Amino acid sequence: MGEVNLSQVMDRNRSFVDRVIEESGQDIRQCYQCAKCSGGCPGSSAMDYPPNQIIRMLMLGMKEEVLKSHTIWVCMGCNTCTTRCIRDIQVAAVMDTLRQEAVRAGYVDKAKLVLSFNESFLWTVRTFGRLFEPGMAMINNLKTGNFMKDMQFGLPLMLKGKASMFPHRIKGRREMKKIFEKVQGGK
Amino acid sequence: MTKYAFYPGCSLETGGIEYGMSSHAVAEALGIELLEVPDWNCCGASSAHMTDHLLSLALPARILALAETLPVDEIVAPCAACHARFAAVEYELGRDEELKQKVNSLLERPYTGKVKLRYYLDIFSNSETLAEIEKKVKKPLKGLKVACYYGCLFVKPPKIVNFVDDPEDPQSMDNIIRALGAEPVQWPYKTECCGASLGVTLEDHCTKLCNDILRFARDSGADCIAAACPLCQANLDMRQVTVEKKYGVSYRMPIPFFTQLIGLALGLDPKTLGFPKLFVDPVSMLKKVGVA
Ligand code: SF4
Ligand code: SF4
Ligand code: SF4
Ligand code: SF4
Repeated sequence: MGEVNLSQVMDRNRSFVDRVIEESGQDIRQCYQCAKCSGGCPGSSAMDYPPNQIIRMLMLGMKEEVLKSHTIWVCMGCNTCTTRCIRDIQVAAVMDTLRQEAVRAGYVDKAKLVLSFNESFLWTVRTFGRLFEPGMAMINNLKTGNFMKDMQFGLPLMLKGKASMFPHRIKGRREMKKIFEKVQGGK
Repeated sequence: MTKYAFYPGCSLETGGIEYGMSSHAVAEALGIELLEVPDWNCCGASSAHMTDHLLSLALPARILALAETLPVDEIVAPCAACHARFAAVEYELGRDEELKQKVNSLLERPYTGKVKLRYYLDIFSNSETLAEIEKKVKKPLKGLKVACYYGCLFVKPPKIVNFVDDPEDPQSMDNIIRALGAEPVQWPYKTECCGASLGVTLEDHCTKLCNDILRFARDSGADCIAAACPLCQANLDMRQVTVEKKYGVSYRMPIPFFTQLIGLALGLDPKTLGFPKLFVDPVSMLKKVGVA
């Protein structure tokens, strides 16, 4: 992490911490650093900083390190941390906020696959009302240029009669479109 | 007759088709009516959750509002991810009138909160239905050892998902398995996350988490892992070959849904229950209970 002048960093990024607290609704200042969240975290072995350290880094105002971390994209949102936290902090909700902040601030290097997956997924929901996996896979593969991805599952699913060949279109498609347009500003 | 609104979610028509088949067969046999939510949409799952807060509430709220047109007091969702999204709507909109109005302004039919979310396992594991199951068991699953796998999102965090069981060592499914004459094994991975959401982005880690779950189940002497969520089930069932290859092991561990096991004990036909749809061949397990 290198050497940092803590008090300076803290001042500069104060507004960021405040925003994370507000957006997530979690008062991370209550954290005792007991590390119980990290002990039970199924992602910690693949993370660069375990969850309790992320909380500490936030408190220290280390905005960039946190938003650039692998941790926030390894987190699976399983809520084990939230369930076990002795200070009633919803750590998983903090992770949610951090992912949104990272995207907003343009730190998306480590998240390209996640974001293209989400976009492809939501495209089918917006268009048909329900998830249409073959459509999602196609768009996702076009976006990422990875044409073989998940082909390992496509054929077996088909052979078991578990793949839908055509999307099911719900009646309320216009309502769905409206919901998406209003929340995403017509994007 | 007990009636519930039933939200199948996208995966009960595709990867988890046997969960839907067995759920309906078993419900019918037990006198439970599952009424499908009309014109339901996808709940948006974690993709909406990661994209936009309002979107992640509006999509499931539309479904809950449609459920309010049915003659029911409660709704169930057999998928843990859908369940978690509904729980978030109940929790957040229930505490914040302004947010509720904001979400409702996006919907054609307002969500009032009249139909309450019920934990899917609970419609079978409550004491009345459990007694009914015990009464109707025709083929007790004697000698079958089952590792009950609850999945993380059904049980965590208990405050929000309104879980009626212990989030670290839940018993609802264990009690059902006992009522069927089978034996639930003691094991530590009942509510561990399987990492399904990392399947696309960090497959290696997902494979590791699946391996941990499979290994613990095997070491606890289980003949199968019973699943309560189509995403967990698909991950452990379909990915098992990959896990075995990567770790040089052979588990051949069948991953039936708990509803399929109830159906077997009630004497229903394994085909009707969707057993041939499972990827890991369940024949060893079926032989053990004398139905194959
Ligand atoms: S469990 Fe809670 S109090 Fe303990 S380190 Fe994690 S966030 Fe802090
Ligand atoms: S929600 Fe994320 S940080 Fe919390 S335990 Fe699960 S994977 Fe770890
Ligand atoms: S969890 Fe997934 S599959 Fe299930 S309904 Fe929600 S989005 Fe669709
Ligand atoms: S166990 Fe896996 S699939 Fe099941 S709810 Fe948790 S992450 Fe999702």
